[in-house]
Amino acid sequence: MAIQNRKREIPGTILFDGEQARKGYALNKMCYSFNLAKNRAAFKRDPEAYYEKFHLTETQRKAMRSGNVLEMLAAGGNAYYLAKFAGIYGLDMQDIGAQQTGMSKEAFKARLVKAGE
Amino acid sequence: MAKIVGAINTTHVPLIGRAIHQHLEHDPYWKPFFDGFPPVRDWLDKVKPDIAVMVYNDHGLNFFLDKMPTFAIGAAPEYVSLDEGWGIPTVPSFKGDLDLSWHMIESLVDDEFDITTCQEMAVDHAFTLPLKLLYPNDSQWPVRTVPVCINTVQFPLPTVNRCYKFGQAIGRAIESWESEARVVVIGTGGLSHQLDGKRAGFINKEFDLMFMERLVTDPLWITRFSIEDIVEQTGTQGVELLNWVIARSALQGDVVKLHSNYHIPISNTAAGLMLLESV
Repeated sequence: MAIQNRKREIPGTILFDGEQARKGYALNKMCYSFNLAKNRAAFKRDPEAYYEKFHLTETQRKAMRSGNVLEMLAAGGNAYYLAKFAGIYGLDMQDIGAQQTGMSKEAFKARLVKAGE
Repeated sequence: MAKIVGAINTTHVPLIGRAIHQHLEHDPYWKPFFDGFPPVRDWLDKVKPDIAVMVYNDHGLNFFLDKMPTFAIGAAPEYVSLDEGWGIPTVPSFKGDLDLSWHMIESLVDDEFDITTCQEMAVDHAFTLPLKLLYPNDSQWPVRTVPVCINTVQFPLPTVNRCYKFGQAIGRAIESWESEARVVVIGTGGLSHQLDGKRAGFINKEFDLMFMERLVTDPLWITRFSIEDIVEQTGTQGVELLNWVIARSALQGDVVKLHSNYHIPISNTAAGLMLLESV
């Protein structure tokens, strides 16, 4: 079977493929470090020093500073690793979902409930 | 020879860990989800498996993108639950079964599945929460475990057909092990959900219910879908249904569904549960 050269377009969806994995490596590696409490504390103390330590690209630093999840994804972030970053700020998946879809948290939650009807 | 007593598939949403910790089982939000489990616990109490083979995906606890195996199997005396970064409580460590681990590794490689073996392995919520849901009151885990970890994080992912065949090979491996042990195969994750992107919050009830039905009556149905098709139909994290496919195909031949539950939403996820036995 031939490898598809043209990427499949799924609206509103980024497949975390080789291109994303290459682009996002530093950002995801930083987020992976947040498994350890001492690293989460170090990040909170000085985010800029932490970005430097993990050699984040300028685009990735800007995305992190803005707190904008769609920008973090565009910079190669992977949902599973970004979740660890979100955890530092006590954000849950409905906060993240609401932000990405431009909805209020209540509206986002209501839409989830509606999907079950 | 060892006997596979059945297969269980269940969602592994992290928030479940917090709900268990805060005793929210009877809270109106959680009740329809937790109410699915007593029949499966009763069944476990009846068939009393000695070992649980856990088919799951790691979410950046044991594996990072520096080394990402497609199929990895634990061969450790013990598997530890560790902090994943967002505060769900850890649980006591799980005992391994080195004899079954190495028998599976040898059998699977002989069957042409070139897996990664892990003599040390931390296990995340995808492994720990299903066991906590199935054995909520046990102070010590009543089963030994073998982790089977599938890459659902970084594309390319294994095809559905490959996963189906991998599950069959796991079934053959377990059933060719010279032991009196009783083994349950547990697939975790799914069903439809998407955490990331503008389509975050996507859920597809119709597809999930069809998938659950066909898993019993026509398990090859899902193999007609490409990974991209599965993402389109079930969301970026809905691909975790690969773990369900593997657990199902570990049961040889026809199966009967003893119990199922399906509830939307738990966090951003359509929560599914199935208990299957070979006919």
